[in-house]
Amino acid sequence: MQAETTAQAIKGSIHPKKRSRLAYVRNELKRNKHYYILMSPYMIIFFLFTVIPVVFSLGLSFFYFNMLEFPRFVGWQNYSRLFLNDDIFMIALKNTFMFAVITGPVSYIACFVFAWIINELAPKVRAFMTLIFYAPAISGNVFFIWLIVFSGDSYGYLNGFLMKTGFILEPIQWLLDEKYILTIVMIVQLWLSLGTSFLAFIAGLQTIDRTLVEAGAVDGIKNRWQELWFITLPSMRPQLLFGAVMQITASFAVADISIALAGFPSVNYAAHTVVTHLMDFGTIRFEMGYASAIATVLFGLMIGTNMLTQKMLRKIGE
Amino acid sequence: MKMMAVFRTPKKLNRSFTVSFLLFVLLALFGSFMALPLIYAVNNAFKPLDELFIFPPRFFVNNPTLDNFYDLLALMGNSWVPLSRYLANTLLITIVGTAGHILLASAAAYPLAKYRFLGSKTLFSIVVLSLMFSPHVTAIPNYMVMSWLGWINTHASIIVPSLAFPLGLFLMKQFMEQIPDALLEAAKIDGANEYRIYWSIVMPNVKPAWLTLMILQFPMLWGTDGGSFIYSENLKTLHYALGQITLGGIARAGVGAAVALILMIVPISLFIISQSSVIQTMATSGMKD
Repeated sequence: MQAETTAQAIKGSIHPKKRSRLAYVRNELKRNKHYYILMSPYMIIFFLFTVIPVVFSLGLSFFYFNMLEFPRFVGWQNYSRLFLNDDIFMIALKNTFMFAVITGPVSYIACFVFAWIINELAPKVRAFMTLIFYAPAISGNVFFIWLIVFSGDSYGYLNGFLMKTGFILEPIQWLLDEKYILTIVMIVQLWLSLGTSFLAFIAGLQTIDRTLVEAGAVDGIKNRWQELWFITLPSMRPQLLFGAVMQITASFAVADISIALAGFPSVNYAAHTVVTHLMDFGTIRFEMGYASAIATVLFGLMIGTNMLTQKMLRKIGE
Repeated sequence: MKMMAVFRTPKKLNRSFTVSFLLFVLLALFGSFMALPLIYAVNNAFKPLDELFIFPPRFFVNNPTLDNFYDLLALMGNSWVPLSRYLANTLLITIVGTAGHILLASAAAYPLAKYRFLGSKTLFSIVVLSLMFSPHVTAIPNYMVMSWLGWINTHASIIVPSLAFPLGLFLMKQFMEQIPDALLEAAKIDGANEYRIYWSIVMPNVKPAWLTLMILQFPMLWGTDGGSFIYSENLKTLHYALGQITLGGIARAGVGAAVALILMIVPISLFIISQSSVIQTMATSGMKD
């Protein structure tokens, strides 16, 4: 009798718990089914074209696959080839780091500084200046106007200007010279990089509580630099975090501009980036496994840098 | 002394005139760096041929002419696939892609912004995580998914993935969070179901965010050249067709300049119209701790 009740008690203590968890999930799904239905179209597409491809790419990077034959498992071979036997990948990696270290931070700071100065202007002028700084980012592939500026003959604007003023006697092949090409791609990249984060900063600055500034003045804040450090930056932390993500991701993904200005491949791979390397193997050589290994490395770089920066930026004003 | 009084702005907290002046000079300097290439692009489009190839090159146009645009029309009129076809393709991709994105992203953002349910936090974290890598990462498997679905060489291969870009969902969700809960409660008491609340309460309240998603999505789709997905000439986009002309180099310099102007003017005008809404949305774009 007693054993029976104990058994029952045990049964009761284990099974219903398991069932209750399942029941909880089922109940939750049922209760919120409208929400799941509302989200489903977006989420299905999102998973199909973003989440699953990332996982798939991770797996594929351990295979040899050329789209024709059945994939063959090769273990870490793609990665060892990438890091030990691919000199061009090293150039690409070096260039990508140059973009991440120079254009990333510079464009991020530029976004903030210009937004900060523009915010001081009268509303009409502010709207106009916002347009001026944001326009290059949305004007599509108009960066080919820079092709005319840096054109290698004397009709090129820069060459014409420098020859007229006597700095140089012969036109310089700006886009075909290893010495200049990376710098030029960087300048053009910076020119177009005042995008979403710039707008986020402009908006963030406009919503700062004015009473904070007045209270700060009472507490001894005397000039705009102190106001910037003690009031403006801490109040804008959420936008700063968002902006950092946008700028970092963009600076690691430079490809279209390099291709448009320097060609594909560029002279002696001088403007080759990880993404153009990925395109080379993915869309030209059809070594999909190897390209996936490149994509995986790029993925790791982007996520890693973003996480690190997020951690650093959260310290602002603490 | 009198001159100074003219320049001096009304006294503001923590602002000195000298620093303000220097900062505005800096702004003007970099502002011209940003604007000059665009102004140059506009001027170039109206230059007659002899002014395009003058040495030393001139910045502004002396005798503006519409010749480049007529040349463009003539050129496109003779092409194998008529210009209107490219334009129709681009319009289809851009309009369906942008409208669909706004619709799907806001439908997904509404539950995520306003309710907590099983998986809501995880799903949003995945979306935020995906802001941290660019679509290039998924290019290879995407191509395979497309070929598996049989979407290679269709417009769907461009439109469908663009419907679920993570940035739109993120911005929409952040903006929706500021809709007062009381408004939704009241609608619920009046007997509206979730779909109705989404459609007639939430959507009209997030109009600024629609325009923001539009300004982010539109230039991207407007500028697409079909990438590696579209091969047939009659499915290609305007951007591709115009890009072919500019590849003509010196012989097509004038027409190329006209093309550049047409390509840039559309997204820029859209931004001019929607600027204040966009700024309003971006104010909520921050990432919370």
